[in-house]
Amino acid sequence: MSRAKPEDDEYWNSSKFKAFTFEDDDDEFTKLKESKRAVNSILVDDDDDDDVEKVSWSGEPIGSISWSVNETASSIRTGGEQSFPKINTAPSLPKQGSVYSLSSLFRAKSKPSFSESFDTSARVYAPVLRRPKSECQDYVSDRSPEETIRRMRKGKAYSLERFRSLQDKLLLLDEAVSAHDGNVITAVLIYLKKSLDKEILFRELMLREIALRHYVHYLKEMGEQKPLVELMKALGRTEDMALMQYKEHMNIKDEVERRDFLKKSLGLPFSQDDATHVQDHYTLLERQIIIEANDKKGEAEIFKKFPRKASILNMPIITTLYYSCFYHYGESEGTFSSPANIRKTFRISEKQYVLTALGARAKLKNWFDVDSLFNTKNWLGYTKKRSPIGFHRVVDILQKNNAPVQVLQDYVTLIDDQELKLSLAQKYKCHDVVINTYKDLKDRQQLIVYQGKMERGSHEYRNIEELLNNMQIRWKN
Amino acid sequence: MAHTGRKDAPELPDFALLKRLAKDQLIYLLEQLPGRKDLFIDADLMSPLDRIANVTTLKQHEVDKLYKVELKPIFSVSDQLCFLIRPRIQTVKWIADIVNSDKASGRFRRYKIIFTPQKFYACDTVLEEQGVYGDVTSDEWSFYLLPLDDDIISLELPEFFRDYFLEGDQRWVTTAGSALHLLHSLYGPFSKVYGIGRCAKMVYESWREQVEDGEQKAQQPEIGNVFLIDRDVDFVTPLCSQVVYEGLVDDIFRIKCGSVEFGPEVTSSDKSIKVMLNSQDKVFNEIRNEHFSNVFGFLSQKARSLQTAYDKRRGMDIKQMKTFVSEELKGLKQEHRLLSLHIGASESIMKKKTKQDFQELLKTEHSLLEDFEVRECISFIEEHINRQVSMIESLRLLCLLSLTENGLLPKDYRSLKAQYLQSYGIEHLLTFANLRQMGLLVEQQPGEALTVVESKVGKLVNDKTVGKLTDAFSSLAKKSNFRALSKKLMLIPKTGEEYDLRVPRDMAYIFSGAYVPLSCKLIEQVLERDGWTGLEEVTRLLNGHEFAVTGGTSGTEARIKTDPQRIILVMFLGGCTYSEMSALRFIGREKGYRFIVVTTAITNSSRLLEAMLEYQA
Repeated sequence: MSRAKPEDDEYWNSSKFKAFTFEDDDDEFTKLKESKRAVNSILVDDDDDDDVEKVSWSGEPIGSISWSVNETASSIRTGGEQSFPKINTAPSLPKQGSVYSLSSLFRAKSKPSFSESFDTSARVYAPVLRRPKSECQDYVSDRSPEETIRRMRKGKAYSLERFRSLQDKLLLLDEAVSAHDGNVITAVLIYLKKSLDKEILFRELMLREIALRHYVHYLKEMGEQKPLVELMKALGRTEDMALMQYKEHMNIKDEVERRDFLKKSLGLPFSQDDATHVQDHYTLLERQIIIEANDKKGEAEIFKKFPRKASILNMPIITTLYYSCFYHYGESEGTFSSPANIRKTFRISEKQYVLTALGARAKLKNWFDVDSLFNTKNWLGYTKKRSPIGFHRVVDILQKNNAPVQVLQDYVTLIDDQELKLSLAQKYKCHDVVINTYKDLKDRQQLIVYQGKMERGSHEYRNIEELLNNMQIRWKN
Repeated sequence: MAHTGRKDAPELPDFALLKRLAKDQLIYLLEQLPGRKDLFIDADLMSPLDRIANVTTLKQHEVDKLYKVELKPIFSVSDQLCFLIRPRIQTVKWIADIVNSDKASGRFRRYKIIFTPQKFYACDTVLEEQGVYGDVTSDEWSFYLLPLDDDIISLELPEFFRDYFLEGDQRWVTTAGSALHLLHSLYGPFSKVYGIGRCAKMVYESWREQVEDGEQKAQQPEIGNVFLIDRDVDFVTPLCSQVVYEGLVDDIFRIKCGSVEFGPEVTSSDKSIKVMLNSQDKVFNEIRNEHFSNVFGFLSQKARSLQTAYDKRRGMDIKQMKTFVSEELKGLKQEHRLLSLHIGASESIMKKKTKQDFQELLKTEHSLLEDFEVRECISFIEEHINRQVSMIESLRLLCLLSLTENGLLPKDYRSLKAQYLQSYGIEHLLTFANLRQMGLLVEQQPGEALTVVESKVGKLVNDKTVGKLTDAFSSLAKKSNFRALSKKLMLIPKTGEEYDLRVPRDMAYIFSGAYVPLSCKLIEQVLERDGWTGLEEVTRLLNGHEFAVTGGTSGTEARIKTDPQRIILVMFLGGCTYSEMSALRFIGREKGYRFIVVTTAITNSSRLLEAMLEYQA
């Protein structure tokens, strides 16, 4: 395969690969094809007229509803000819424009241009006849929007300059949209952007969802934030506009500038929920900057013992909480870096808080703190362990942080589900828990089995021995 | 392994031709720029290029140095610079910057951009605006299709998915049409085209127009039927955890362009190894479509037989040994190497999956698919988020929840979103907006008579609320209707029955017997019925856009199930997963079809969701 074979040379000359030559071949044959296409497309346009009433100003979604009405498998004719039949593809613009667009109102008043004469033959020649000769002199032949779009799609030479009236521009756009070629749609939009006042352009795009989405994407890719924001505003898509502006913060490296940018963003018309989140984002970064400034010095003992691996800037809320539970546990609620303050500021649920604090304190192997997370005193002053997360999950986290058996078993015992308790107790070798559970279940047989696994003479072995000899227990087996 | 089904499956066409064509054209284009030149290649074109040409080929055509496009200043001293890139505005801007800085420093060079698979007008505009139009020449390399295996062809255009489905940009429609046209002219003529989805329709149209404009040589067709399908017809399938070997390997190690890099944990040495994964690898070929639970058994059996083969050496005389060494040993060694790699990979998969509580995760997924104990699923997802386990994984579960439940209750949506943002960063606000736009993660809409409002507001085009309403409509139009579809197409096998994963009885085996992939089920049904008749309710639930068309007068021919008629090209617009390919291979074996998957890119849940994230510009 690495060497070119003789048949490879042939392929450059064969007709199949015409695409590589870019010359212009306007022979009779293509013309014939054009007229055939024109006829076909007229047929399709007629079909569209039927559902004009159903189609609304919005683009795609409503288009798709009309689709489902019109388009069933049966509606597609099987071509009797030697070729595949054309199928109705997408809501093309003529119908969108003709129903509600301002341009359509305008069109009724204006003098007829070729845009109106949607007739095969007239389309090609009429403009030439109607225009003073001087205007046409430079053109070899005049091109209809359809022909222009066709040439663009094939990568042939074309010119958009003659599309000067609004209607002509819009017809060109609509033609591009109905050809489904995104590349050409964008090309036409670039031309419209240069040659139309943006207010006019926005107004027309509002009625053309498909073209609009191409335009928005083009502006995004070009990084033209300002026109994009203006466009969203003009369309009344204020929430989208707010998000687009908010997104800018990602491009700001400096944390102080980023914070200030977020502060300015607070006034943007976000949805109610998002406004809260953006407020949180600002508050969070503000706090992080303060915490970072203090902790960077790393003066406290804890930083020497466990040096920080990274800065806390731009970390998520939960990571910040974890950090604060790790380095700033026990600080009073008044300080910004205290877990209590972060918990309160960001409305962190008890479950989430316990989960995070548990992880941080277990990582430090501070089992005392772990204990106090779950201890609650009842009115008689007895302490009892309570947890918003399942104790099996607590055990899981403790175990992952290499907690000793003495610590683990305190929590394994608290698991409600007996089966789960037994299996975890066995897995983590919490023998006392296993023994006690079997005792509670009055399962003498299992106890004997378990005794077999214990070292003879060990504390556990003797413990089981004692239980088995205890006459007061009423065994179930 | 133990696969029954029809044995008379037709032979697949030879797609190596596609590689040769692409290579020849590239050489032709390089020759258009005579003399020594430095070549800059887009990062994501490097692997595809590797598959069709090598450095020697490039060197033979006077390519001096090779660089990866990194959008940073360059240090080339060559007088000619050639850029082989995807048509992206950012890259073209970078090139324009290079040209302008050369100009500023009075340096003269020749520049050529080769766009692949095609150029966009917007790129020209950038060159024009930056004042370098004319200084830079450009060309197109129509490298549309890369065969990744005997039955997989990729367009290698992962951006197709986001561009079309999220941004609504149809720039790749014609590209897909041209790719189909290329296949048609080489392996056609096709006799039937089925399809579903808006994009599928447009691609069909684009292809049809190209057929009309060109001429088809009379030739014996090698591919009879085509099925076009939009990715958004079925989002559930690509979001499920893959448990078939090839899919699992993709989920965990990421297969790139048909090749995977196994790290030290797999190779049990200190270096990584790149392996091609395709039917040439005999070991892989036998396990790729298997449920993971079967893979170990197979591999150990294979290891035993390999041992026996090696053991033959014992008691051989010199002459026998000589034949053994020259004829068998090489093959055995190769097999040995592959076997140990796949065993290593399986071990590593096991380790990773047990660490992540994979069982619990799968249980949640299956419950969602079955609509069973959804509240428990929600609290599982919540805990997943709270524990800051993988950001993408949490998103995947949220999307599955939304798709299967037809949206989240507003209060669940708010609370899960808030917790998600707390755990993974508030900038994911933007991710949520994208997912809503896609219909992947939405709030249930209160059942107001939206249509009434719609018609009223429709006339007031200047109303500022129009934008908001459009959003409401689009998420309404994108209702997934998963439950109803699942019932209609019987996607969830009855529970309670034992499902023997070693002897799969339907496509559900690719998801441990829990779910038949919607996309593949549709394909199967349409082929069986030879159209959409009888599936009216299903297509209604899928928002329509289905079609089935016959070309030519060869109607009688088409009805006879000749070999080409049983070769079906399925084109996934927006990506296809390895699990779906396994499922198609399964029905192929059962019904005597051969499927060729053409996809805009290979996808999986991570790639699909990563495409929804926003990054800094």
